[in-house]
Amino acid sequence: MTIVVPDVVDEPAPRKPTRRRRVGRFTPRDVAVVGVLLGIPVALDVLLIWGPTLASVGLSFTSWDLVKPIKPVGTQNYEYIFDTYPKFWPAFQHNVLWLLFLALVATPFGLLLAVLLDKQVRLTRFYQTTLYLPVVLSLAVVGFIAQLIYSRDYGVLNAVIGRTDNPVDWIGDPSINLWAVLVLVGWRHVGYVMLLYLAGLKAVDPTLKEAAAIDGANEVQTFLRVVFHALRPVHVIVLVITFIEALRAFDVAYAINRGRNGLELLSVLVTDHIVGEASLIGIGSAIAVVMLVISTVFIITYLTQAFRQDPR
Amino acid sequence: MVYSPALSRRTLLRGAALGAGAFAVPAALVACEKPTSTGGGANEVTFGSNYSDAVPKQALADVLAASGVNVKVNTVDHNTFQENLTRYLQTTPDDVFTWFAGYRMQYFAAQGLSMDISDVWSEIGGNFSPALRAASTGADGKQYFVPFYYYPWAVFYRKSVFAEKGYSIPKTWDEYKALAAKMKSDGLEGISLGNKDGWPAMGTFDYINMRLNGYDFHISLMAGKESWEDAKVKQVFSLWREIVPLYQAGANGRTWQEGAQSLAQKKTGLYVLGMFVGQQFQGADYEDLDYFPFPVITEANGQDAIEAPIDGFMLSKSPKNVAGSKQLLKYLGGAEAQVKYLKSDPNNVATNNKADTSGYNALQKKAIEMVSSAKHISQFLDRDTVPAFASTVMIPSLQSFLNNPADVDGLCKKIEEQKKTIFTT
Repeated sequence: MTIVVPDVVDEPAPRKPTRRRRVGRFTPRDVAVVGVLLGIPVALDVLLIWGPTLASVGLSFTSWDLVKPIKPVGTQNYEYIFDTYPKFWPAFQHNVLWLLFLALVATPFGLLLAVLLDKQVRLTRFYQTTLYLPVVLSLAVVGFIAQLIYSRDYGVLNAVIGRTDNPVDWIGDPSINLWAVLVLVGWRHVGYVMLLYLAGLKAVDPTLKEAAAIDGANEVQTFLRVVFHALRPVHVIVLVITFIEALRAFDVAYAINRGRNGLELLSVLVTDHIVGEASLIGIGSAIAVVMLVISTVFIITYLTQAFRQDPR
Repeated sequence: MVYSPALSRRTLLRGAALGAGAFAVPAALVACEKPTSTGGGANEVTFGSNYSDAVPKQALADVLAASGVNVKVNTVDHNTFQENLTRYLQTTPDDVFTWFAGYRMQYFAAQGLSMDISDVWSEIGGNFSPALRAASTGADGKQYFVPFYYYPWAVFYRKSVFAEKGYSIPKTWDEYKALAAKMKSDGLEGISLGNKDGWPAMGTFDYINMRLNGYDFHISLMAGKESWEDAKVKQVFSLWREIVPLYQAGANGRTWQEGAQSLAQKKTGLYVLGMFVGQQFQGADYEDLDYFPFPVITEANGQDAIEAPIDGFMLSKSPKNVAGSKQLLKYLGGAEAQVKYLKSDPNNVATNNKADTSGYNALQKKAIEMVSSAKHISQFLDRDTVPAFASTVMIPSLQSFLNNPADVDGLCKKIEEQKKTIFTT
């Protein structure tokens, strides 16, 4: 036994030191390479993400107009946005509505379209292209389309529904315009979600469906009990995209009426205060911090879910 | 042999990393910096312009080419220019830049971001009316601005509609209301209003306030020195409320161009807007367009104030070529340059008294008459007050007033609360 052990150790012994030299110990050059490779992303991350984030948090407790020196004001900016600024809470509600609409209406509709198109309907390529087309439109184009469709005086929609005598003011009436915009946003979102699910459905192993069919499941049961669960990775991506879309909602509202009169959104309020001549950097930063807190809650929820389910 | 693939991969990665770094860092630096002009002779004057639309851009280029000064123009999109001006003036601005008269000019002058040009004014001052001089003067009594052209705001209408229905020009507020009500009963939609972008309604607020409370109160209110809960301000909204039902429906969803189209198509009868409304009228329709000054509300103030935003030029705080820049300003304040520019744009009027008006159309001639008889020239709400107050408070407030004109007290209270924060930050 005592002889055998050194034998066993002895045999790989000549190789081990070389392996250690290659893997276990870093030459100065290795350290330099690793340092540079890790250093650049870390530096960019700190410079482009953490720096501005912390700067926003810091600036939200100050008053600054870009010209005069920065002046600390404590929580005054937060008091202003929560208590005095009449557009903050409407904007907050609109973001929540945006999220609910995308998550509960547009996303399921996208899934439905994907399932239908996956059935090899005739002209499926044509439908796919048509439904995906809005995703590639620029925000300026979407704003222009909105004006053509929704304009009270010249819009197509009022003409189509025959309301030319007493036209509906789709863009100007603050009780309707958010829904009009959500339809446009949903129109873009549905195409995107549909494409993701379509790709996911193509990847679902057909033998799963065959097995379900052999077990006597009908089409609806097969989808709900088998295929839907097989799409789990796609669900996660779609969920994340939906959250992101709702939080960064900006472009369509801004293109239509610069996000005012019923179309207020948190991102628009940040822009209004920081970009432009307004230069109320402190107040804009305070609104941005509120957005940061909301996104952080979502991100943490998502990450805990993702990590918990990962081992399975 | 065993090492070489690993080594080459490592070398490759290192090369890639250094390469990426080499690209990333200068790119980041470039992104922070404004593109600077390369080279440039000693006698060159750099010129920051917001005349970004094709027609004004070309017209300005033609005017500058005839200036006798070697000008290098740096044109930036109109809105982008406006939004970045604060940053621009603090970094490496051009010698001369385009800007607006009134509070917007005074703000930058007070920050020390613009050069005093009183010496230029001592030479060219005689060519401008006292009101124009006041609009070019900073809070310290020195001049910082050379006016180029202006466009008055008034009540626009179509002569043919008035002739056909037998309407006459209303002189007083009561006559104005009666006329708009008559138009409604005659099947017209009343007064045009396209307030989707938020600013067009400001003109009506300015006029009611100046007619009711006078120019001095209006300017003092704009400067944040008066309370918005003052009974005088509430009365402005109460008067305005009387004509809200006489507007065409859906004002907040309509662009100013669509409002102008309503007037052009004779659907509405009146429109309070700037002279640029003429852009929406062609040929015979343009000939048919006319306007009258906003009606009298109190005899004491009469029609002594007119809203006529002035566009012009300023110097940055330390131009590289001071002598050349001032020479250029004198030229741009001159009659010849202004007339040359206005050939391309008949919806504005030259600021120089000596400008040749023989080429003017009827609307321009009337504008001169109106402005020269006015004691005060206001610059429009968003140019007479702090930009932050105009954009983040007044635009939403006026839009909600048009949606719900009933709650004047609540509206004024909210404006005053926001004003307190914004004017103290």
